[in-house]
Amino acid sequence: MEFASSRKKPIRWHIAVFLAPAVFVYTTVMILPLFGTLQFSLFRPSLVGQAFVGLDNFRTLLGDPRWSASFWNALWNNTWFFIIHMLVQNPIGVLLAALLSSPRLRLRGFYRTAIFVPTILSFVIVGFVWKLLLSPIWGVAPGLLDLVGLKGLFAPWLGKEEYALTTLGLISVWQFVGIPMMLIYAALLAIPDEILEAAECDGITGMGQFWKIKLPLILPSIGIISVLTFVGNFNAFDLIYTTQGALAGPNFSTDILGTFLYRTFFGFQLQTGDPNMGATIASMMFFIILIGVCLYLFVIQTRLRRYQF
Amino acid sequence: MSKARTSPVRSAAAHAILITYTVVALFPVLVIIINSFKERRAIFRSPLSLPNAESFSLIGYDTVLAQGDFLLYFQNSLIVTVMSITGVLLFGAMAAFALAEYRFRGNPLMALYLALGIMIPIRLGTVAILQMMVAGGLVNTLTALILVYTAQGLPLAIFILSEFMKQVSDDLKNAGRMDGLSEYRIFFRLVLPLVRPAMATVAVFTMIPIWNDLWFPLILAPAESTKTITLGAQVFIGQFVTNWNAVLAALSLAILPVLILYLIFSRQLIRGITSGAVK
Repeated sequence: MEFASSRKKPIRWHIAVFLAPAVFVYTTVMILPLFGTLQFSLFRPSLVGQAFVGLDNFRTLLGDPRWSASFWNALWNNTWFFIIHMLVQNPIGVLLAALLSSPRLRLRGFYRTAIFVPTILSFVIVGFVWKLLLSPIWGVAPGLLDLVGLKGLFAPWLGKEEYALTTLGLISVWQFVGIPMMLIYAALLAIPDEILEAAECDGITGMGQFWKIKLPLILPSIGIISVLTFVGNFNAFDLIYTTQGALAGPNFSTDILGTFLYRTFFGFQLQTGDPNMGATIASMMFFIILIGVCLYLFVIQTRLRRYQF
Repeated sequence: MSKARTSPVRSAAAHAILITYTVVALFPVLVIIINSFKERRAIFRSPLSLPNAESFSLIGYDTVLAQGDFLLYFQNSLIVTVMSITGVLLFGAMAAFALAEYRFRGNPLMALYLALGIMIPIRLGTVAILQMMVAGGLVNTLTALILVYTAQGLPLAIFILSEFMKQVSDDLKNAGRMDGLSEYRIFFRLVLPLVRPAMATVAVFTMIPIWNDLWFPLILAPAESTKTITLGAQVFIGQFVTNWNAVLAALSLAILPVLILYLIFSRQLIRGITSGAVK
C-alpha cells in the first residue's frame, strides 16, 4: 500500500532545479578535470596522438634518476614546509587564541583584527614585502638586529641554500597564523561556562585549567586545522613563485611539489613543457593528499573523543 | 569567583605577548607603507622613520600610475571576484536548500559528493582544465576564471549554508506552503533572507582566496587585457626591482584596497568565524 502511494508521488522537479546549476558547474569544472588529469598521466604523446602507456610515467618519475631526484627533493622540501607549520604556526595560533579568550581582556577586538591582517594579503604582497625587508641592500633586518646587538647573526636568508626554505616557511607562518587562531578561538568560546566554573570549584585554574580542561575539548578543532594545513601546504605554490621564481632557487633548495608541477607542465628556460609528466606529478600530489586526509579521517579522527555539551 | 580568574600579573603578561605579536604582524606592512611616501635617499638612510617635510615624496606613485594599467587590472579583479561570489552564493544556496530541506533518495550521497571538493584542491585538475578551456576557446577570458572560482567555492559554501538552513524553522516554511507559495518562492522569499549572515560569512571566505590567487590568472588568463591585480602587481614589481620608490608604491597600492575592505568587513568576518559554522 505504502509502496504504491510512494510510486504515484509526482516527481519533484524543484529539487532537480535547485541542485542542477551547482552540480553542473562543480562536476564539469572540478571533478571531471581531476579525473581527466589522472587519466592524462597514463598517456604519452606518440606519432598517432596520445598512446596509452599504463604506469610508465609514474615509473619514470620515481625510477629515472633525472626525474626522481627532483621529485624526492620537492617532496622532502614540502614535508619540511609542513613540519614548520605544524611546529610553529599551530602552537602560536593556540597560544594567541588562549590569550584572546581569557575573560575580561581589554582591546580584544583590536588584537584579533590586527593579527588577522597578514592573512588577507595576497602572496604577491607578502612575498615581496619580506623580500625587501630581508634584503641586505635595504638593511631593515640588519638594522633591527643591530638594535638588539645581534647584527652578527644576519645573513641573506632567502639567498642561502641552507636557510631559504625555512625562512619561506616562517614567512608563510607569519601570513597564516590568523586562521588557526580564529578557529581555536571559536572552539574555546564554545566551551560552556559551567564546565570552567566546575573546574574552578575543584581548584583547577590558570595553566592547569588550560592543559587539563580546555585542551582536550579543543583537540577536534586542532585536528581539523592540521588537515587544512596539510592540504594547504602540499598545494602551495604562490609564495615560492613570487619570492624565488619558478626555478625555486637557490639551486632548487626551495622547490616544492607546486613549483615542480608548474615547471614540468609549462617548461622553463631550456626544459620544454611536458603536460603528461605534469599530470603525473599532479596525480602524485592527489594521492599524497588523499592518503593524508584518509589517515586523518580513519586513524586520528576516530580516536579523538568528542564531547557533547 | 570571577575575581580568581584574572590576576593583574597574568593579564599584564597576556597583553605583553599579544602586543608583541601584533607588532610582528603589522610591522612589515607599516614599513612598506611609510617608506612608499619617502624619497629614495631617505628610504635607505632611515627606513624606520616617518616621512617628514624634507623626505616626503610621491614619486613612486607617479611612476606606478603612469606605467602600469592598474585601473584595468583592478577592474578585472573586481569583475571576476563579484561574478564568482554571486555564482557561489546563488548556486550554493540553492543546492544547500535542496540538501537541507528535502528527503530524496541519494541525498546523503549527493552531500558527500559535493563535500569532496573541500579536501581536494581544484589546482590538481589544472592540466585538464587548461585543455578544456583551450577546447572551449575560453583561454584569456575572464569567463574561464569565473567558472573555475565558482567551482572552487561551491563545496565549502554548500557545506556551511546547508548547516544553517537546517536551523530555519519548519513551521515558517509549512505556513508558506499553506498559503500556496511555490517551493521557489519559499526559498527566495522566506529562507534566503533568514540566512543572510551565513551568506555574508561565505562571501568573505570565498572572496579572499579569489582576490589573492596567482595560479589560475597566470595559467588561464595571462593576457594584458585580462590580468588581475594580483598577477599585474607580480609582473610589474618583477620589472621594477631596482626602482625602490615604484616597488614600494605598487605594494602599498595593492595592500590598501584589501586592507580597507577588511577593516569594513572585519566585524562580519570574525562574527562568522566565531558563530560556530566552521567548528
